[in-house]
Amino acid sequence: MTLSALNADVIVDQLNAGELKATDCVQYFLDRIQTHDAEINAFVSISQTALEQAEAIDQRRKAGQTVGCLAGLPIAIKDGICVSGQPTTAGSKMLEKFTPPYDATIVERLKSADAIIIGKTNMDEFAMGSSTENSFFGPTHNPWATDRVPGGSSGGSAACVASRLAPVAIGSDTGGSIRQPASFCGITGLKPTYGSVSRYGLIAFASSLDQIGPMTRTAKESALLMSVIAGFDPRDSTSSKAQITDCLSGLETPLNGIRIGVCRNQFNDGLDQEVETKINDATSVFKLLGAEIKEIELPHSQYAVAAYYVIAPCEASSNLARYDGVRYTFRAPGNDLEEMYRNTRGQGFGNEVKQRIMLGTYALSSGYYEAYYLKASKVRRMIKQDYDDAFQKVDLILGPTTPTPAFKLGEHAEDPLAMYLADVYTVSANLAGIPAISVPVGQSKNGLPIGLQLQGRAFEENTLLRAAHQFQNVTLWHDTSPSQPWRTQT
Amino acid sequence: MEDSDLTSSSNPPSNDRLAVQFNDAEIIIGLEVHVQLDTISKLFCGCSTQFGEAANSQTCVVCTGMPGALPVINQRALELSIRTGIALNCSIARSTKWDRKNYFYPDLPKGYQISQFDQPICGPGHLDIEVPETPGKLRQIRIERAHLEEDAGKSIHDESSLGQDSKIDLNRTGTPLLEIVTQPDIRTAAEAKAFLSELKLILNYIDVSDCNMQQGNLRCDANVNLHIPLGDHQIATPIVEIKNLNSFRSVERSITYEAQRQFEAWQEHGLTITDAPKQTRGWNDHAQATTLQREKEDSADYRYFPDPDLIAVTIKESQIKQIQKQLVQLPTELRKTLVEQYKLNPEDAAAIVSQGRGVVDYFSEVADGCQDSRIANNWIGQEVLRQLKESNQTIQQYPLSPKQFTELLNLVIDGTLDQTRGKEVLNEMVEHSISAQQAIEQLGIKPVDKNELVSLCEKLIDENQEVVEQIRAGNGKAIGMLIGKARKINPNANPGAIKALLSKMISQ
Repeated sequence: MTLSALNADVIVDQLNAGELKATDCVQYFLDRIQTHDAEINAFVSISQTALEQAEAIDQRRKAGQTVGCLAGLPIAIKDGICVSGQPTTAGSKMLEKFTPPYDATIVERLKSADAIIIGKTNMDEFAMGSSTENSFFGPTHNPWATDRVPGGSSGGSAACVASRLAPVAIGSDTGGSIRQPASFCGITGLKPTYGSVSRYGLIAFASSLDQIGPMTRTAKESALLMSVIAGFDPRDSTSSKAQITDCLSGLETPLNGIRIGVCRNQFNDGLDQEVETKINDATSVFKLLGAEIKEIELPHSQYAVAAYYVIAPCEASSNLARYDGVRYTFRAPGNDLEEMYRNTRGQGFGNEVKQRIMLGTYALSSGYYEAYYLKASKVRRMIKQDYDDAFQKVDLILGPTTPTPAFKLGEHAEDPLAMYLADVYTVSANLAGIPAISVPVGQSKNGLPIGLQLQGRAFEENTLLRAAHQFQNVTLWHDTSPSQPWRTQT
Repeated sequence: MEDSDLTSSSNPPSNDRLAVQFNDAEIIIGLEVHVQLDTISKLFCGCSTQFGEAANSQTCVVCTGMPGALPVINQRALELSIRTGIALNCSIARSTKWDRKNYFYPDLPKGYQISQFDQPICGPGHLDIEVPETPGKLRQIRIERAHLEEDAGKSIHDESSLGQDSKIDLNRTGTPLLEIVTQPDIRTAAEAKAFLSELKLILNYIDVSDCNMQQGNLRCDANVNLHIPLGDHQIATPIVEIKNLNSFRSVERSITYEAQRQFEAWQEHGLTITDAPKQTRGWNDHAQATTLQREKEDSADYRYFPDPDLIAVTIKESQIKQIQKQLVQLPTELRKTLVEQYKLNPEDAAAIVSQGRGVVDYFSEVADGCQDSRIANNWIGQEVLRQLKESNQTIQQYPLSPKQFTELLNLVIDGTLDQTRGKEVLNEMVEHSISAQQAIEQLGIKPVDKNELVSLCEKLIDENQEVVEQIRAGNGKAIGMLIGKARKINPNANPGAIKALLSKMISQ
């Protein structure tokens, strides 16, 4: 088997056993990037020091020194997460030349586990979008069909894992930005509980919704990454001291007796027929695995998209105020201060970002605050209450991740609202702060991956990962590779 | 005439208005005081708050607003805010949160200031002040709220008119400020000054802030307008906010100026609070005048909303109790103690207390040691404070311990030293850091023999017959002249003893 067919946990085992050298492993993936990324455009920048780091790890292993639990494993990081000394652009012209002087907490943790960051992945500008088309560095292409989008905003991370340009990747999810591209690219993506993974070093889109998480082929790999990146961080005030139960050790526990809720009113007109069929098939698999399927209600879920598209732009309008041309950003000169501000922000931000800044600024303005931000916050509490009620009756909630498989590049360019509405199944988990995972459960007739979403109680990532892992034990969708030049060789 | 009244936004001077005297108007003043809290590190990061360091040397990714950096609240700043709230009789919030105040300015790196909007850490309270003009009369000034916020940086603009770039120093960015807002209860410029003095004194006593105004650690905005009786009703002039006053003097003078200006403006055009928006003005120290900065208050919409990077803070009853228990005696209580226990008059008590906790402690120790608080007050209030002022020292740096000072006063009290010689001894003690006994030896002071004193007086009476005649004729004051001459001959001669002896000898 070639490296591209191996899961991260197996790669780590081989590295630890001395069957594989970190340098060879890193070189292998760098070569794959070199060969295929021109067509996919998953990466914004490639690390110049990855091989050096791999060399150091090989030396340490050879010398019998202790190494971290991911020693030598290449990993790709979404470009909205700060890596010291490595360009970090958030997909924006505004930060084209920005190199952070510090590591995000999760980067620090990955580095101390001796993982090797091989590159930074493409994304919608400031994580605003569902297609990775809103990147200053050009769109990323779906590895299953290059005329289609990989989803977004973590499209680069999803595409690089799907095409095995990296074994695993890190993304961030504000309204579905890990799960939706995972679904479009046929991989597994976990949005953890709000507060379980530190946001320190994640370039903020909407601070109360943003969460960093793993994007991998399998649930087991996600569990492995969670064991490294999750945990309390004193530098993030919203980071939780509540400990996530160990995600790895419980994976093999069977699902007998687990109660899975299905919310039937989510299976409505907007849902693609093929997607619905695959979700139903997957539901049957969970039944066979011993789960009890129950109908549940989420009465306010229909208001989630509306609430999300008020709260997220409001926070974004303030979070993006710092990109003003004064310090580390792009600067377009002007005759006076105000003109410099106007020129810089007018030229430095893309249209989608500007649109959301305007929406948020408007909604926070005096006289509108109560009608928009405050109202949306109330809806948010009701949505959370719905989940609290539902989780009295069930352990997990199952449904589609997205209404349709991946759409074509440019398909929604003229209709942002249609793109917003496609977030209907994912935004609720962000509003409620609960964990949710997308797992591949099939393909459409034209060969596009379809994803299923499981949502769980806060800090019960272990249950989500266990259910996903048990499902993957008896299915092969996560192992299916696109019939493309980057197809994995077994 | 009626036409012009309808079309003009202001009314031409009317005899009604011209008939009103300035003294009839009541000045309505409310203050917003920004106090820099005495913390080692900034409000949301670990950077030092040290003043005067090299530009931008006290910064990190958090306070420069780097992408991805996050704030973490400084617990010490919270504690100091609660302490201040308790000292100002404020209700302390059980739950307080952080809000973003959004505006663009180059020295505001995040494009918003983290502040508190609708749940300030300190709610309503009050501070009692005494105005020097009306001693003994206390005025209660209500505090509306006090909230915690981060300071912005400093912009240094090119003033050479060569059009050079502005420079920004972010050392001050993120320094904790407590903004204390009063109700419009202040009625005179002197009251405003008295309020600030008392506030500054309290903040010093409770170790919340050094209130160094030169370094901008205490800054003040004053909201001023007039209530003017006009016929059977009263009108109010438009409110003016005078920004960034950084000395007591500028507070006092700007308010005085502004009240007069508003009165004259009203007499001229008659605009009232309902006719004109709130104005922002600055104080020009050079011109001794307020100048217009911004006309329309509503041009600033800060789009406050809760900061999602920070969580609400719950303050427990036990935490408040703990801080309350540790609170030192406040100036008001200390003044009372000095008046009631030490029998000082209110002015003397206030003078001692105004010098700060160290001087009060020094005084109590000396007064207790010599058992004569009146003498202790005279000597400390005059000599010690003068010496401190001259040498620009604090009481902690004063070379004499309270015990050494007590020793000296005991010698004055028991008559070993008269006032004049006592002061000579004090100067000697301070200059050489020596004890009273050592100073007495160095100055060659020794008791004068009774016979020596008698012959000295006899000599004086012989040589100054005209003076003696004056005394005999009833001019008691003339004896001072003889005492002066006696001390020139023998500086150790006790003036009291000479006076007694001379009086006796002359009347015989």
